[in-house]
Amino acid sequence: MARDTGVRDVAIAGIGATPYYKRGETAGQSITRLAGEAILAACADAGVSVTDVDGLAFYSLARAGYGEQMEAGELVETLGMRELKFSAALTGGGGGSAGAIGLARAAIVAGDASVVVTVMALQQQTRLGTVVATKAVTPVSSFVQPSGLAGPGHLMSLLTRRHMYQYGTTRDAFAEIAISTRRNALSRPKARYREPLTREQYFAARMIADPLCLYDFCLETEGAVAIVTTSIERARDLRQPPVPVVAAAHGGTREWGRAFSWFGMPDDETFASSGNKPIADRLYARAGITAKDIDVALIYDHFTPMVLMQLEDYGFCEKGEGGPFVLSGAIRYTPERKPGSIAVNTHGGQLSEAYVIGATHIMEGVEQLRGTAVNQVAGAELALVTGGPSAIPNSGLILGRDR
Amino acid sequence: MSTPALATALPADAVKIVTDPSTEPFWRAARERRLVAPSCADCGRFRLPPSPFCPHCQSAAVDWTELSGRATVYTFTVVRGFPGLPDITLVPAVVDLPDAPGARLVTNVIDVDPADVSIGTPLTVDFHPVSGGWLLPVFRVTGPRKTRPRRSGSCERRGRGRPAR
Repeated sequence: MARDTGVRDVAIAGIGATPYYKRGETAGQSITRLAGEAILAACADAGVSVTDVDGLAFYSLARAGYGEQMEAGELVETLGMRELKFSAALTGGGGGSAGAIGLARAAIVAGDASVVVTVMALQQQTRLGTVVATKAVTPVSSFVQPSGLAGPGHLMSLLTRRHMYQYGTTRDAFAEIAISTRRNALSRPKARYREPLTREQYFAARMIADPLCLYDFCLETEGAVAIVTTSIERARDLRQPPVPVVAAAHGGTREWGRAFSWFGMPDDETFASSGNKPIADRLYARAGITAKDIDVALIYDHFTPMVLMQLEDYGFCEKGEGGPFVLSGAIRYTPERKPGSIAVNTHGGQLSEAYVIGATHIMEGVEQLRGTAVNQVAGAELALVTGGPSAIPNSGLILGRDR
Repeated sequence: MSTPALATALPADAVKIVTDPSTEPFWRAARERRLVAPSCADCGRFRLPPSPFCPHCQSAAVDWTELSGRATVYTFTVVRGFPGLPDITLVPAVVDLPDAPGARLVTNVIDVDPADVSIGTPLTVDFHPVSGGWLLPVFRVTGPRKTRPRRSGSCERRGRGRPAR
């Protein structure tokens, strides 16, 4: 068993979520309603009263998706929290999902707040799939929008083609990621897609931004997820086994910068990557472990090729070897962990369960380490959760079991 | 069999650009059908999009250099359909500019069968009308081409997209 040297001073004590809806289905509900439902569920799971929540650690600038906004004051008043002592958000977008737990930790370790909620609520009032085309034009976006790159997948198809060109990666590898993720969703009661996906279906699907087809894109779903973080001592007195934060990191290097919001990555290796390598290096150094010690990987899967590039950046295989690695079956879930393989997105991910901008990955990491996951990796001790790939900040989180 | 749809640029009224003091010289030159790029007046390195500071030496001083208009495809995608324009074929591309090393443009390859575009394809700039009287730099494959036969009349697409509705 890996003996990490991580911080372990705070822990996730509670998780909660709404049902997952398809795009448009929550139109009659407000963002505050969705977020509030998830927060109340997470507090109930933890065994804390929502009135004791005194911190909010958001990501994506506290946006609820890409157009709408979560408002701290509204949440505090509506839910009846007594006093808010910390309210902050990581900048950027989905890249900060895992890192928001690091933000919660910062508040707790600094003594600013004691029970901190991270929440994401998503309604697709602004449709994510065409968000680049429909956003108000700016002087900088005037250099990208006119090309017709309408959404995030269009942007990432450009990185994908470079990866295929540089390393010989094929669409078979992307198909394997879509298919293996779908397999994990089959047994998940809340998953949006619970029928097997075949190779034939994958290759017959329409191309959206060549080389990316329909099944390379994540779902356009709606719903909310909340996570309660508190000190490890307090977490030990609560209802659930604490899931300690072993390490958390966010950020990224200048070479990655705006990433596919601009495509300025100067060298081929960075261009055809997930931009997460600096995060991975920092995360493993803080935890005192390597990729080999991770038992289950919850990898932000907005697009299949970005899962492959993260597997490289997080050291599960060599740079450029992501294609052969996934095609070997190495990311398929099996209850017993096999050397050289790593179960990825055991919850069905954003490709097949639901897309809530990375928050479902944190929740699955917690369930794996409590030992209560639907697709449990037997005896899982360390889980990796990633955020992004996106413009800086990207992020990562290593969760453990209390000892 | 049907002739492959040639890639075009978005129709003029589907594209808006806005400028700020850093970017405006780029667009003013484009309106005169000149492709220019900013380089640092202190260390000489090119950058795009135009920005207030040189990321290498933090200088705010800029020289504007007129480029040859040559480019090569660094990467590209093929997109069929755009919100409001279900039948459009686009080849959005990231291109390297050989006479502005280190700078790239995100642009379109136009008037081409997408099957004829690959990484490394040499391109030449052209200018496509967009709203507000501006011109947008786009690129064509540098001839002579080994393309499949083209549908007659298709070469007069330049700047003549259908209006977005």
